[in-house]
Amino acid sequence: MDTFTKSEKRETLESVVIRFAGDSGDGMQLTGSQFTHTTALMGNDLATFPDFPAEIRAPAGTTYGVSGFQIHFGSQDVRTPGDAPDVLVAMNPAALMTNLADLKPGGMLIVNTGAYTKGNLKKAGYDNNPLEDGSLSAYRLIDLDIQAMTIAAVEPFGLGTKDALRSKNLWTLGLVLWLFGREYEPTVAYLNQKFGKKPAIAQANIAALKAGHAYGETAELPSGIGPYEVPKAKLSPGLYRNITGNDALAWGLVAASQLSDLKLVLGSYPITPASTVLHSLANLKSFGVTTFQAEDEIAAVCAAVGASWGGALGVTTTSGPGVALKAEAIGLAVMLELPLIVVDVQRGGPSTGLPTKTEQSDLLQAAYGRNGDSPLCVIAAATPGDCFYMAIEAARIAVQYMTPVMLLTDGYLANGAEPWKIPAMADLPEFKAKFPTERTEDFHPYMREADTLARPWAIPGTPGFEHRIGGLEKNYDSGNISYDPDNHHKMTKTRAAKVAGIANSVPEQEVEVGEATGDLLVVGWGSTYGAITMAVRKARAEGKSVSQVHLRHIVPFARGLETLLRGFKRVIVPEMNNGMLVKMLRSEFLVDAIGVNKIAGQPFKVGEIEDAIDSALENLT
Amino acid sequence: MSPSEPVKKLTRKDFTSDQDIRWCPGCGDYAILATMQRTLPTVGADPAKTVFLSGIGCSSRFPYYMNTYGFHSIHGRAPAFATGLKLTNPELDIWVITGDGDGLSIGGNHLMHMLRRNVDVQMILFNNRIYGLTKGQYSPTSLVGLRSPSTPLGSIDMPVTPALLALGAGARFVARSVDTMAKHLGPTFVEAREFRGTSFIEVLQNCPVFHDGAWDHVTDKARAGSTMLVLEHGKPMLFGDKGGPQQGLRLKPKTLELEVVTLGEDGITEDDVLIHDETNRPMAFLLGGLEPPNFPIALGVLLREQAPAYDASVVAQVESAKNKGMTDVDALLRAGHTWTVE
Repeated sequence: MDTFTKSEKRETLESVVIRFAGDSGDGMQLTGSQFTHTTALMGNDLATFPDFPAEIRAPAGTTYGVSGFQIHFGSQDVRTPGDAPDVLVAMNPAALMTNLADLKPGGMLIVNTGAYTKGNLKKAGYDNNPLEDGSLSAYRLIDLDIQAMTIAAVEPFGLGTKDALRSKNLWTLGLVLWLFGREYEPTVAYLNQKFGKKPAIAQANIAALKAGHAYGETAELPSGIGPYEVPKAKLSPGLYRNITGNDALAWGLVAASQLSDLKLVLGSYPITPASTVLHSLANLKSFGVTTFQAEDEIAAVCAAVGASWGGALGVTTTSGPGVALKAEAIGLAVMLELPLIVVDVQRGGPSTGLPTKTEQSDLLQAAYGRNGDSPLCVIAAATPGDCFYMAIEAARIAVQYMTPVMLLTDGYLANGAEPWKIPAMADLPEFKAKFPTERTEDFHPYMREADTLARPWAIPGTPGFEHRIGGLEKNYDSGNISYDPDNHHKMTKTRAAKVAGIANSVPEQEVEVGEATGDLLVVGWGSTYGAITMAVRKARAEGKSVSQVHLRHIVPFARGLETLLRGFKRVIVPEMNNGMLVKMLRSEFLVDAIGVNKIAGQPFKVGEIEDAIDSALENLT
Repeated sequence: MSPSEPVKKLTRKDFTSDQDIRWCPGCGDYAILATMQRTLPTVGADPAKTVFLSGIGCSSRFPYYMNTYGFHSIHGRAPAFATGLKLTNPELDIWVITGDGDGLSIGGNHLMHMLRRNVDVQMILFNNRIYGLTKGQYSPTSLVGLRSPSTPLGSIDMPVTPALLALGAGARFVARSVDTMAKHLGPTFVEAREFRGTSFIEVLQNCPVFHDGAWDHVTDKARAGSTMLVLEHGKPMLFGDKGGPQQGLRLKPKTLELEVVTLGEDGITEDDVLIHDETNRPMAFLLGGLEPPNFPIALGVLLREQAPAYDASVVAQVESAKNKGMTDVDALLRAGHTWTVE
């Protein structure tokens, strides 16, 4: 074993993928998010992927209680959390058991030997201690008794062993920060703020963090291991912050409220992975935001519809099971032709499914999951930061067209983070809502604008506009209840035409990467954006004729999509479901699009899409 | 209307919409509608600020017939729409119209939560102990043994007592009246409208088609004196048929039960009879459960208990946050750690 040089001659890496894995009580999410925070401040581009169990505290030491956080950072464009980790931190045997297979051959493996007890090994399913049986020889192993060193570091603060051990994640963070040339000050500031009222805890955590960092500086690590540096990325100039999809979504809704000059009223019911949007908005009451935690999913959407009728920007946030419960009320909003934003942060289904895992399997539910012919607008965010803009887009469409809009994100976007260039409100277009105030003789609640087919938003409290609306079919010419057969036909066609017409207000579909014609088009939507982009770029760098189209508007599709689809010999559609967008494309355009499906509760790896591109290009004549 | 124009005194006509009423002839809903249309002008209600919001069922067609703002929503969910609307515009005077099926069966959850939150709306529950619009199935208030299309051998469901459910959910204003008793129903609407918080009014309503006479044991004119106890705050709980003995309610302190006593018998005088106190919640529970033949049914305001209205508290929290917190979205987007890329 060589002695590590203290001169800190660091090897430069273009990008690194680190996965922190441990027991769900080990604080891996905090460790990962603090590493992310510091890395963002260092100027790297990055993407993260937290992956945690549904159980809040699964029994300690079990494989199903393992919580992970993966970060991909680099000096080049980073679009995904990385296919396979270069570095795996395994705080206990269960974390090793569940994550080792993903580690790249020759990858760095940091283990906390103190947790590799007989009992923990058995719980994880190891017959022999992998640290001793040579099974880890393919990796660069850093095996340290992190527990013991943490206890020693926090000893001056007089904590019991149990409390002292809570700081072991910070010791580990300190070491990893040092390995990649990162400072610990931002984490110190965070700990002081978080534990301001418990100075002893704050100090103990800071001591553990610094001890881990100092260990790296002074101790001997095995040959060939670190330290490294990852230079700053060349991002476009501007002011940046780190942002998760759910925060971006909440802030986008607040921005939309100001751009439309409407009060934001959120009706919501807690559900993973959407709850943090409710939490964020509950903290933004100073912007005039009203949040209502309803008694159930149905009441949440009904309150939002009631708010919309009253002249607010009515929003409900949920996940797939919640959308199922809300279906009838969303159908009412279709019938009432009121603005409504339904945010579906998708998770694995059906039923309760995989609550903390990501999936894109609510697309057909969003587009078609209601009784009757009940069209509404469906749009989807592509990245965590894009959630901000798509929240505004949802509000714009809802208000301009008097229609419910379903905004799809997913668990990966919700919890994943990326550096985000902060926009200025002054650069975002306004879309002020119009409430009629001067009554005309011919007023009725279902008279329509010629261009958008939107009906007037006459709100209760306005003298002269008293009217009755409801879920029964309306007469096209008076807005009164009508059971007339021809009228129902006409109204159904009108509702469909209104939603189809939204495409007139949306820019033509663009090609994300590559040319508008060629051999292969990869069509995606939602959070697969990053992985598809990277895979298409790689394929193009190898000289392949591949382009990428990414859909943000799904119902209706943006204009020009059909021409693009017909400009390629073959079309593939990667989705984290069993084939949904591909069905819609095939039925709408009669194109022979081929599905590429991953239904594992995990995002696509770039390599998986590359493989799909290669096999689609095979036998292409 | 220009400011110089004298304020026009509104009449029943101003609250009557141009829509044809589609209830069955003889339906108790006609009487309730007429009482509402007559009552609102007397309290200076503004049609533009008045909203009738309903679920699904016969009673839920009510909003179409009022010349105010009206919202005919989906089955059971009217309280949730009303809550969202009230949070958006607390100045609106909102009436939630529901029935025993809509409000107590499919919408039981929303009813309970609106009551406990104390949202400032009036909720009128038309109780005819039957499903009307779906053609006569038994409802959550139908009595055991009721034969209906879905209970050909007789219902075996234990019924719920709406007033007790409301009290149990924490309602602060609970009243009861009868469809055809306009002189009692109208003032009850007025009291409910004045109350800040959810006012729950159960109206005993007759469905002449599917459950005719469901309330005859209460409303039968020949015996109504002894089958109804019309409560008045601060007044003794007296009742009795015309010409018959005067009766009253007395508390049996050892068993916490009410008993009917006859004045003049066994030395009973008016002093022995309970005085109605609208703020007494335990007494409201005792009164709410009474029904003939052993007791009269209690009509009027069973409970009136002042408490903060939910919507007012929500607005207060938002206003207070506005005065203290951030209001600039640009500042929000830049809060916390940021960095500049040159």
